[in-house]
Amino acid sequence: MSIYVLVNLVYIVAAVLFILGLKMLTSPRTARKGNLISAIGMFLAVVMTLLSEEVIDYRWIAAGIVVGSIIGAFSARLVAMTQMPQMVALFNGFGGITSLLVGWATYHAMATFDLFTTTTIFLAVFIGGITFSGSLVAWGKLATYISGRPILFSGQTFLNGALFVGMLLAGALLLMSPSGGYPLFIGIIIMSLLLGILVVIPIGGADMPVVISLLNSYSGIAGCAAGLAIQNNILIVAGALVGASGIILTNVMCKAMNRSITNVLFGGFGAAVTVGDMEVEGEVKPISAEDTYFILEAAGSVVFVPGYGMAVAQAQHALRELGDILEENGSDVRYAIHPVAGRMPGHMNVLLAEANVSYDKLIEMDDINRTIASVDVCVVIGANDVVNPAARESKVSPIYGMPIINVDQAMTVIVLKRSMAPGFAGIDNNLFYKENTRMLFGDAKSSVETIVSEFKKS
Amino acid sequence: MDLIVCRSSCLICMSMVLILAIFVGFEVISKVPAKLHTPLMSGSNAISGITLVGAIIAAGSVESSLTLILGTLAVIFATINVVGGYMVTDRMLEMFKKKPDGERE
Repeated sequence: MSIYVLVNLVYIVAAVLFILGLKMLTSPRTARKGNLISAIGMFLAVVMTLLSEEVIDYRWIAAGIVVGSIIGAFSARLVAMTQMPQMVALFNGFGGITSLLVGWATYHAMATFDLFTTTTIFLAVFIGGITFSGSLVAWGKLATYISGRPILFSGQTFLNGALFVGMLLAGALLLMSPSGGYPLFIGIIIMSLLLGILVVIPIGGADMPVVISLLNSYSGIAGCAAGLAIQNNILIVAGALVGASGIILTNVMCKAMNRSITNVLFGGFGAAVTVGDMEVEGEVKPISAEDTYFILEAAGSVVFVPGYGMAVAQAQHALRELGDILEENGSDVRYAIHPVAGRMPGHMNVLLAEANVSYDKLIEMDDINRTIASVDVCVVIGANDVVNPAARESKVSPIYGMPIINVDQAMTVIVLKRSMAPGFAGIDNNLFYKENTRMLFGDAKSSVETIVSEFKKS
Repeated sequence: MDLIVCRSSCLICMSMVLILAIFVGFEVISKVPAKLHTPLMSGSNAISGITLVGAIIAAGSVESSLTLILGTLAVIFATINVVGGYMVTDRMLEMFKKKPDGERE
């Protein structure tokens, strides 16, 4: 039996292990084991590939694996949980550039050109390039190296469209004369990299959950195309799995914002805000940390609603401490998480898990909304648009129709906020003016710490 | 032997594999709860590092110095994804614990 057959048999095993690993990710209890099983699949696939007959020289491979492992291991150890969105964005980009490079190497090494292989190489390079440069921009925005505000200029859509058409034309030309098209090929690489940058710069910080989900999907699709180009089944399967995962997440995010993917990509939300004539009634009622303590002390049930502001203030540990004290005090404590709270899918869950919050206390939006009317106190910490009742009440509001956590229906709402500045969307939040709302101004972390110390004093 | 090995670009087989994988992917991943979406993303970063397999073939086939350079670069990036992706996912999932409810009593 040739090595080739053996390699492909192991690829089948690896594919099964990947799928099993993902399946075990459906529950927090089995997820960690699932990740390990997936890693074993990867290990088997890589080791078998090293044994395959196409691989003749090992020196550069070994060097590459050592360098990559060191960088990967260090970044995985050192990254703070608040920086996870950046890390995922960067990894999406690495997935894209790998597909681009593999596609390029395949193109360069090709002796005879057939239509199928050239097409798939084109796709791998084109999607890989967009994924790479787009992810770098997303990474820069998330790490605030570049402004998180949407960057818009006139003729942007036209330029993007022209680039896209140009790329398709170049691709078509390449297909017609694959062997003579090297300048064309380089042109495609450059255009795809440009396009990636141009597509992501107009997208604002709070839309990043959608963007990194989409880029996650692209990195899978690019890998899939590379797999088709080099006729490798495990690449096709793994790429398809990642592509599907990214698309599902993109969908979840879009639904949670009540926006279509085209609106996110081309809308430039947040830049051109036209604040409608929203009648805001009532007045803002500030509250001190001491009074907050009295309210919480008497509360039978408390729901915390975290948002990106909690991550910025690094308040998750203080919040968990407060939660523990409240539980000891006899309150029922839960954490309600909106799907787009934070900068990536599941961002808040990871931060709270890091702070040692038990995962069965993390409640999804739909589940908490069913019982929110019976909750004594909702504490909103660093969230704004995802609790804005305008999404439900005000037809003129830009976020009208977006599903929100209905904190305003709880008996009392306490909003921890730095100032009265509006959230990302630039929309006034009627919640702050409601009868049952109290505003606790100041840094979220120190506010929570003050409440905790009040509890300790008593 | 021809029955076991279809080395030539078997379009039909590859399309079959691709389409089934897409369906399995949608089926399995749509059941992942929202609270595990971040580990899902970093985990799929790791899985997309499977392009390491393609990178290894490119870097090891000694076609020319350009493919060697491209291949080696690809090996580095893909390995970062594989190693970093699995390790950081493990680190995250380790934190997802359920605390015993007995503490309150």
